[in-house]
Amino acid sequence: MKWMKNLKSYVPPSFVVERDDYRCIRCKACVEQCSFDATFYDDEEDRVWTWNANCVGCNRCAAICPTDAITVKRAEPSYRYNHNWNGHVDSLKKRAIYGGTPVVSMGNDKPYPIYWDNMLLNASQVTNPSIDPLREPMELKTFLGRKPDSIHVDDSGLKTRLTPQLELDIPIMFAAMSYGALSYNVIESLGRAAKEMGTYYNSGEGGLNKDHYKFKGNIIVQVASGRFGVHKDYLDVGSAIEIKIGQGAKPGIGGHLPGEKVSETISETRMMPKGSDAISPAPHHDVYSIEDLRQLIYALKESTEYKKPVAVKIACVHNVAAIASGIARAGADIIVLDGFKGGTGASPQVIRDNIGLPLEVSLAVVDERLRQEGIRQYVSLVASGGIRNSMDVVKAIALGADAVYIGTAALIAIGCTMCQQCHTGKCAWGISTQDPHLSKRVNPDMASKRLINLLEVWALEIKETMGAMGINSIESLKGNRLNLRGVGLNDKELEILGILPAGE
Amino acid sequence: MYEIDARDVHYRELNAKIRKAIKEHNRDIVLHNVCGQYYIGCGLNDKNIKITINGVPGNDLGAFMNGPTIVVNDDVQDGIGNTMNGGKIVVYGNAGDVVAYSMRGGKIFIEKDVSYRACIHMKAYKEMNPTVVIGGCSGAFMGEYMAGGTLILLGLTKKEGKPLTGVYLATGMHGGKIFVRGGVDEKLLWKEAVVVSPTKEELGKIENEVKEFCNLFKIDYNEVMNEEFVKVVPKSTRPYGHLYFPGP
Repeated sequence: MKWMKNLKSYVPPSFVVERDDYRCIRCKACVEQCSFDATFYDDEEDRVWTWNANCVGCNRCAAICPTDAITVKRAEPSYRYNHNWNGHVDSLKKRAIYGGTPVVSMGNDKPYPIYWDNMLLNASQVTNPSIDPLREPMELKTFLGRKPDSIHVDDSGLKTRLTPQLELDIPIMFAAMSYGALSYNVIESLGRAAKEMGTYYNSGEGGLNKDHYKFKGNIIVQVASGRFGVHKDYLDVGSAIEIKIGQGAKPGIGGHLPGEKVSETISETRMMPKGSDAISPAPHHDVYSIEDLRQLIYALKESTEYKKPVAVKIACVHNVAAIASGIARAGADIIVLDGFKGGTGASPQVIRDNIGLPLEVSLAVVDERLRQEGIRQYVSLVASGGIRNSMDVVKAIALGADAVYIGTAALIAIGCTMCQQCHTGKCAWGISTQDPHLSKRVNPDMASKRLINLLEVWALEIKETMGAMGINSIESLKGNRLNLRGVGLNDKELEILGILPAGE
Repeated sequence: MYEIDARDVHYRELNAKIRKAIKEHNRDIVLHNVCGQYYIGCGLNDKNIKITINGVPGNDLGAFMNGPTIVVNDDVQDGIGNTMNGGKIVVYGNAGDVVAYSMRGGKIFIEKDVSYRACIHMKAYKEMNPTVVIGGCSGAFMGEYMAGGTLILLGLTKKEGKPLTGVYLATGMHGGKIFVRGGVDEKLLWKEAVVVSPTKEELGKIENEVKEFCNLFKIDYNEVMNEEFVKVVPKSTRPYGHLYFPGP
């Protein structure tokens, strides 16, 4: 009895699907499209019914309905209001019912402060000219990698031998999202967009499907503690290699690809049993210290003959500045800072919602610390975790980042509605699923076009704001905190962010 | 045979020399006076290369290696065969921590003991089936997170009254097989794994590998096979599935 309400496991639904019976033409498109079994058709009554308890609020049905008959609404909790317990009753009850802890996805959704929204940018007025990016040259190109302490130039050109660098036409890359977490078509779309836009997409920790080796030149390959899909060819395909120590959404724990998503092809790419949870160990068991990290960095450099920059990605945690300093000294060329609002394909809810540091703060303290220690040029900083728009990018660069990673934003561009069900493998938008029936809902031609549109528009917006500030090169914006002013922040927050309050 | 004296040579220079020798079509390379140099054989790709090491090589010997054979006439340090994809490593001595971490293919033979976390997160898929044979005993956490491959522990150095493996044997194991000669102390075995008898087919596999081991290290094959082998396998391919439910 699939549709019987079971009192033993009852918690009120999070969403209510309203269907206008007058508009509904019984085409059953919603029934076919709903991958969460929240809609079904009753032959006898000739009616489409909704099982609200199963609805995750992805809005696929509402989007697909040809007659606009469906509205999905958030269900207001009808328990007696209790400020202290609000939102905790059902989550406690579910733990008691299932005897397990909830796994969730996407980023932290709790109302923590968003420092981006408390920072304002500057513009030129009278004393210096602003620049019009549509008619004047404007440079967004940047290079990631270790920079020399000094350079020597003679008539024949640059004499100093540079270590390998990543060349980015725009300072935005696609963050590590694995094949396994995402469907084949989404990876294909990310690869095409990265190639078109002269930037990079990150393979994530799940290895690469052979078909995607064609994106060589636009891939950053990731090496995580599970070492899934890591072998010589994989390392050779990457333009850079990223060691994943931690992830903003789940600092301190390893990767977790639920067994539901370990299909035959994922099993092949990751070399593990089909249907088992792909668990990456919490630490790299060959990295227990900065010295060990150096060993892994140089193992990767040795195996690729020092031709590729090596990045180290860490989750932002309390001592992030000291850790970043250690990483810079361990020989990394790039440090990726992943703030606590970064997304995930699966994480225990308690970890996602309670651990980490805001990206804005971490970026500011890491940049400052590396400058103080005189080693900022050793590494490039990539900001990651909850970058929502082009102005977050500008503010991140002004705080000290060299470039940013976008993950969730890229997925939203191709249809994601942030229903937080990536871990179920049932994504109705075909993004975070391995079900062939669902994953064909993403058309790589259209999805890559949307990603390209997004990056082009963001690039234009970045140029417009830089022009307003009178800056014509992204390099001049880096660490340029004088162009930021804080509003609604206390003295300590301003001090840590290294910015002045508005009016000063 | 191409010989390199590694005395007082930094690992970066030593490995550059090895790569240069390979580029110059040397396939049989012998390193003398090796003393702790890291990454020997790291990322090498050619099946026909053989590297013989006289001395104790440093960490990450044969990491990401895909094809060559490395013979070490001494002990080795930590992380040998790290994420190795193919080839063979033979160690005439003991090995340190994290032997064969995430190994994906090829073979490793170790004459004597290994330390902590041997063969953790080993993987396999169809014809890719890494095999590790350890002649001696092992430290704790052997076979942790193991997802595939074959590990054979012979325990030839076992002392009377001492266990063959350390504690937390096969924690989180969800694939692959561990064969232990002379039985497993079930107190040391973690709850995700279980001890059973090997099948006839598996005994054949053990025999082949042990034969190769005995030939390499000049050990009496019949004596080794005299003792019974047990198999440690995961109880489930999803040992932690019950701890989580789909939220939020």
